[in-house]
Amino acid sequence: MAISRSEVEHVAKLARLKFSQEEIEEFTVQLSKIIDYVNKLNELDTENVEPTAHIVPIYNVFREDEVKPSMDRDKILMNALYKENGCFKVPKIIE
Amino acid sequence: MIGLEVHAELLTESKIFCSCTTKFGGEPNTHVCPVCLGLPGTLPVLNKKVVEYAVRAGLALNCTIANFSKMDRKNYFYPDLPKAYQISQYDLPLCSNGYVEIEVDGKVKKIGIKRIHIEEDAGKLLHENTDGSLVDYNRAGVPLIEIVSEPDMSTPEEAYQYLTKLKSILEYTEVSDCKMQEGSLRVDTNVSVRPVGSTELGTKIELKNLNSFKAVQKALEYEIKRQVKVLEEGGTIVQETRRWNESKGITEPMRTKEEAHDYRYFPEPDLVPIIVTDEWKEEIRKSLPEMPHHKRERFIAEYGLPEYDAKIITSSKKMADFFEKCVLEYDSPKAVSNWLMGEFSRLMNETGKEIDEVPVTPQMLAKLLKLIDNGVISGSIAKTVFEEMFGTGKEPEVVVEEKGLKQIANENELREIIKKVIAENPKSVEDYKNGKEKAMGFLVGQVMKATKGKANPQLTNQILKEELSK
Ligand SMILES: [Zn+2]
Repeated sequence: MAISRSEVEHVAKLARLKFSQEEIEEFTVQLSKIIDYVNKLNELDTENVEPTAHIVPIYNVFREDEVKPSMDRDKILMNALYKENGCFKVPKIIE
Repeated sequence: MIGLEVHAELLTESKIFCSCTTKFGGEPNTHVCPVCLGLPGTLPVLNKKVVEYAVRAGLALNCTIANFSKMDRKNYFYPDLPKAYQISQYDLPLCSNGYVEIEVDGKVKKIGIKRIHIEEDAGKLLHENTDGSLVDYNRAGVPLIEIVSEPDMSTPEEAYQYLTKLKSILEYTEVSDCKMQEGSLRVDTNVSVRPVGSTELGTKIELKNLNSFKAVQKALEYEIKRQVKVLEEGGTIVQETRRWNESKGITEPMRTKEEAHDYRYFPEPDLVPIIVTDEWKEEIRKSLPEMPHHKRERFIAEYGLPEYDAKIITSSKKMADFFEKCVLEYDSPKAVSNWLMGEFSRLMNETGKEIDEVPVTPQMLAKLLKLIDNGVISGSIAKTVFEEMFGTGKEPEVVVEEKGLKQIANENELREIIKKVIAENPKSVEDYKNGKEKAMGFLVGQVMKATKGKANPQLTNQILKEELSK
């Protein structure tokens, strides 16, 4: 077992997902299998391989610092479930 | 031990990954587009200037500039973060291993800078609504640098000095305007105490809601006392985030978010790595303006300023620029520096204004100083004139005219007034004649009072002596 039940619960919590006990059991088995499978890569000797974040050798893709018009606010707020005074409205957040 | 994290907004025109403006203010959600809103199918493209500015700051802060650097995703849910992740830098920041030199009690101390990385700002939550929070994403995607210090500071005073120096350098390099009231400079700090002689690390407490450098200093002073007291009473410090309550002057625990922070950083797949070649780095280095300590030395050599003056004048680039422009018009650097450190600074402190927010221009100050030299007004009246200029932006000669502040330098006119003062103060005249020098000062004061400070001081002294020896 590459992954524990409590790890699944932790990840679910971070992702704001709620699962039943059965689902957690099931995911623990499934996620473990996936991780075991990917673990195969650990068998490779990477001693002399540079770590990489991207597989294509492209660097420094930039844009110049130029302002262009933003999007119309009505359009921006079109998909908002709740809106008020030109703002997106979300459940109350208290710090 | 004190460590500081400073977020500074970069002075680019457009946001870090899209072409929306970075202008402060603006109606909510009017500086927003699908990219900074993180709508599906959009792709970020890095603003070249953000890299340049961050490297510029890094060079000014004596950092090593990474040849190879990349962006990462920091994952967390919060409504001010439209994508549910912030694009930041994790293990390969642009700059690292720098330092700032501060002066405490006449001694120079190096404060290490662990790293400087680039990232995007989040939006702003407005809490005025009773049944929900409103979100304005204008600030989302505005470029930031986060400057993380080593925990090298051991007193709140050192933290204050570090922040002041850091701000001055960032202003000099012109990468950020560092306006705390507009949120373009934000400070978080962490502090831990340990008994003298102990090498064990204390528990770190994070402090938030620090709205000014003075607040940072006060919050740290309070927090250190609090922690020492807890330990002395045999208690233990719990790791937590506390907020500074400015009105009560205390730190209080913040309601912690439910889960421990687990940001699950991973390389940002939508952005390719950044390579800063030596050529590019040198090009940026050449664009660096003169730094505070160089300017200070030059001001001493070129203008003959005392070291103390040079240090104060160059602590802010804006003040240094003002000084140089003024000296161009009025060739007495020490007089200009006296005014800047004296009346000018006093009124700026009183009104909380920055030098570029004051309507007095270098030319106007030069004119005022010339009015003193030409005997139009006295030095003390000049202060009154200056205060009026500071408040209204009027030219000095206009103020002098309007308020009738012209100096009395007419000998006959002044002699009449002095004769009257002598006649009215026989006791002081007597004292003076009996050798009491102090009486002279009193009589001069009476003349100034009679003329509302407009009497020419040299002439007053001269005539007084003449009249008294009669
Ligand atoms: Zn945008």
